[in-house]
Amino acid sequence: MGHNVTSVTQQTNALALRGVVKRFGDRAAVDGLDLTVERGVCLGLLGPNGAGKSTTMRLLTGQAVADEGAIEVLGFPVPRESKRARAAMGVVPQQDNLDEELTVRENLEVFAHLYRVPRGGRAAAVARAVARARLTGRERTRVGDLSGGMRRRLLIARGLVHDPALVLLDEPTVGLDPQVRAELWGLIDGLRAAGTTVLMSTHYIEEAERLADDCAVMARGRVIARGAPSDLVARHAGKQAIEHHGPPARLAEVERIAHAAGLPTRRTGPSVTVLRAEELPPSALEALGADGFVRRPTLEDVFVILTGERVE
Amino acid sequence: MSDTGRLRRFEGAALRGVWRYEAAQFTRYWKPQTFGALFEPAFMLLAFGYGVGSLVAAVAGISYRDFVATGVVGTAALFLSVFPAMFNGYTRRVFQHTYDAVLAAPVDLHELLAGETVWTAARAGVFGSAPLLVGMVFGLDPAPGMLLVPFIVFATAFGLSLFGAWTAARVASINSLDYVITGVVTPLMLVAGTYFPMSSLPGWAQVAAHANPVFHCVELVRHAVFGFRPLADLGHLAGIAAFAAVAWTLALRTLRRKLIA
Repeated sequence: MGHNVTSVTQQTNALALRGVVKRFGDRAAVDGLDLTVERGVCLGLLGPNGAGKSTTMRLLTGQAVADEGAIEVLGFPVPRESKRARAAMGVVPQQDNLDEELTVRENLEVFAHLYRVPRGGRAAAVARAVARARLTGRERTRVGDLSGGMRRRLLIARGLVHDPALVLLDEPTVGLDPQVRAELWGLIDGLRAAGTTVLMSTHYIEEAERLADDCAVMARGRVIARGAPSDLVARHAGKQAIEHHGPPARLAEVERIAHAAGLPTRRTGPSVTVLRAEELPPSALEALGADGFVRRPTLEDVFVILTGERVE
Repeated sequence: MSDTGRLRRFEGAALRGVWRYEAAQFTRYWKPQTFGALFEPAFMLLAFGYGVGSLVAAVAGISYRDFVATGVVGTAALFLSVFPAMFNGYTRRVFQHTYDAVLAAPVDLHELLAGETVWTAARAGVFGSAPLLVGMVFGLDPAPGMLLVPFIVFATAFGLSLFGAWTAARVASINSLDYVITGVVTPLMLVAGTYFPMSSLPGWAQVAAHANPVFHCVELVRHAVFGFRPLADLGHLAGIAAFAAVAWTLALRTLRRKLIA
């Protein structure tokens, strides 16, 4: 390890990773990751499955140990002082790991103990978490009897029971229907508004656009682009996108013309989109024809051209 | 970067957090657990004490009924520790991902393992002594040494819980625990002087029994009830402690490999 762990994080940073490598056998799940997150910021960690997002989360909690590099969380070097870091952060895992046999209140009480909420403040902390999860009146309900949306809200509230300075949200709305997802976005937005630092991994572009102040796009274990959603769009997808629909031969022709002009394209089913279309020379624009639909580029376009992956 | 920097000391707050979880579980399941703890030894005593006892009057100078009443304590220590450690350990690690949730909180793996194991052992210490109470109902004479039996069971169950945690961390599927039950737990119960004296076993089995904490437990319990033999009992305590030390090392190492990649 060639990095000075203690000097990594500036006072303003809640998180700092420098040159972090994590290998599983021959495969590097995280491969030279550099990432900082300022205090009070909600950072969206975008990336396709296998990009290294979940491994990064586990490295931050000390549940995975980096082979190389330096990690600092809330000023504590990890894993050396990971316990102190964990005491000040909340974790909402991708996988629901609530205890189904216990009630809503029991699940929260257990974690209030585990997170060392002082005895005098424990009941209030649990009551706040119940209210935050909008489960007032369901405190004595066994978790196994809750709906998927309720469980997810409880999982988030459990991670916040000790009012952490930093929250790690690992794919917080994965697998949920749009209505429940919108509910949870309100909850996460409330954290951001309260000044809590949030690191949220997601592969839902809309989620990142809606909640994140800043985004980092991960692929193959490292950050390949970083910036505010609007900046990323401007930098990688330009100001204008032209979407062409047609048979495969027509789409291939559009791609050929765009690539000849040095512009990126994005294929989506029966359509292809030319990005940074404002840079098309008049001859290329004429060759493309007038059948295109002009729209504003999105973060989804950026994600696809950077990672080569489809989005959900 | 290694994880050797993770704090090795035990923090009371972390242990109390783990115990709070165990207590929440216990309040849900204490009735069936108490029922099993009391009635299983009663049935054993009825079956062996009166069944086999009608054929065998005395073993090693004590009535067969008293021999079994004290021997069943060892079986209880085994069952009350190994089974919860194996099945809870596997379920919490693989199915419920409870360990991931706990280790994301300020609890280190050695604290999680110690907290769970101490809880299981303490519960075994209380419930595992029930056979003596049942034995007294059936005529076993009370003795002051019986007050030490919960502590003997606790020490034995501590090592056996760690053994259960280790096997739960090693097996590829929960069904594989059947191999452990048949291949290890059953011999541990039988080669321990629980239902028949060790002298009736072949010499190699008598030697092998010294690696069996249930054997040491049964010997200590009998001595606590019928009279201590200080030198031998120190040896039995050392046997229990050695088993626990090896099981702790194996369990912690294997769990670390599984949970902190």
